[in-house]
Amino acid sequence: MDINEYIESGILELYVYGALTEAESLEVSTALKKHPEILKEVEEIEYALRRLSSSIAPYNPEALLAAITAKLTAKNAKIRTLDTSTTKSRRTNWVAWIGWAACLLFIVGLFFMIGDNNNLREQLTKEKAKNAKFEQQIADARDDKENAEELLAVIRDKNVSKIPLGGQTVAPDAFATVYWNKKENRAYVDAKDLPEPPRGKVYQVWSLKLDPLTPTSIGLLADFVDDENKIFELSNANESEAFGITLEPEGGSKAPTMEQLYVLGQVTATP
Amino acid sequence: MQQDGLILELQNGNQKAFERIYELYSESVFGIIYSIVNDQKIAEEILQDVFMKIWENASSYNSSKGRFFTWILNIARNASIDQLRSKGHKNRQKNLKAENFVDILESSSNFSSKTDAIGIQKYIDILKPVCKKLIDLLFFKGYTQKETAEELKMPLGTVKTRNRACINQLRGILVEK
Repeated sequence: MDINEYIESGILELYVYGALTEAESLEVSTALKKHPEILKEVEEIEYALRRLSSSIAPYNPEALLAAITAKLTAKNAKIRTLDTSTTKSRRTNWVAWIGWAACLLFIVGLFFMIGDNNNLREQLTKEKAKNAKFEQQIADARDDKENAEELLAVIRDKNVSKIPLGGQTVAPDAFATVYWNKKENRAYVDAKDLPEPPRGKVYQVWSLKLDPLTPTSIGLLADFVDDENKIFELSNANESEAFGITLEPEGGSKAPTMEQLYVLGQVTATP
Repeated sequence: MQQDGLILELQNGNQKAFERIYELYSESVFGIIYSIVNDQKIAEEILQDVFMKIWENASSYNSSKGRFFTWILNIARNASIDQLRSKGHKNRQKNLKAENFVDILESSSNFSSKTDAIGIQKYIDILKPVCKKLIDLLFFKGYTQKETAEELKMPLGTVKTRNRACINQLRGILVEK
């Protein structure tokens, strides 16, 4: 390589400007490392250019160095704060752990609550059932009360005559009462003091004419055992002079079985 | 001239080395920036940014790719051009009538380096118009050889040799002093 020619080509000036391609610059860099003459030339060119550009600077900016170092220090401080923020992130790890632990506790608590809730719901259902039962009882009581009032109304009716039926030979302690509303042709039999009929037997109520003795069935005391107040409503359109109750086979009989006459009572003359 | 040891220390984060680098290059970098942005306040801002970049990116400088001065030149030109672009239309207007280094030298009565000023002015006086253009584009504006050839409608080789002649004149005057 002719060093002189290389220098005179003007490539070194362009090298200092930065006007060459990367490959060309690399080439010059290699050349000046090998040849001190080229390096010397480059340094002289650079010196001249620095003098030239310095000459158009508005002033020598020496004083600005302080501002630059201050900015750099501030920036470094910021970088250091960033560093401490990484230790802070370790602290946030703890926060995260605490958070997870709290979360776990919360979930466990939630399961307890769900269990509790189920218990409560079960209890509520029970209470509701109980409540329904009470309501039913209240309704029943209201019904009973109405029935009782109705009965009371029946008994108090001025058209009703009360006929006590006394116990007969088969059941001396037995007792019954017939409340007979002649006007409405209804008879209410209070059979509270009759013994429970044996299985397969039923009480039959008879209206009697005394002279001659003519019994007419006015009905059965159906479901005697299950009837709570033991008051039975029957229709009686007969000119009854007496009432009797006999024990008959299930379904009743056409004629009373006189051996099984439980109670008997005569209608007192109506005023 | 280029102190490789000094650059190595800068790259190692030595603040004293940075201060020495500033001393060596700040005035010429300031001149380059000023020649592009034409505004003293803005040039001061950019100069600070450029040297912060030099400090922060010193490790990316690689001597096999070029001179340290050239590396700094590129940072300064890029920062100045970015500034011009970001300032938008209003300043592009200003940029159109932008003076080159010669205009700045001729219009300025307040020279930074008084000793050089006389010599440099003498240099400007004898400088051929083509030299003014070549140095303005290649050195101050950072054009590549190819871009300069296209701009001045000149063969690539001529850019090189003509420019060499222009710089030789400058060197002659500086030595003469």
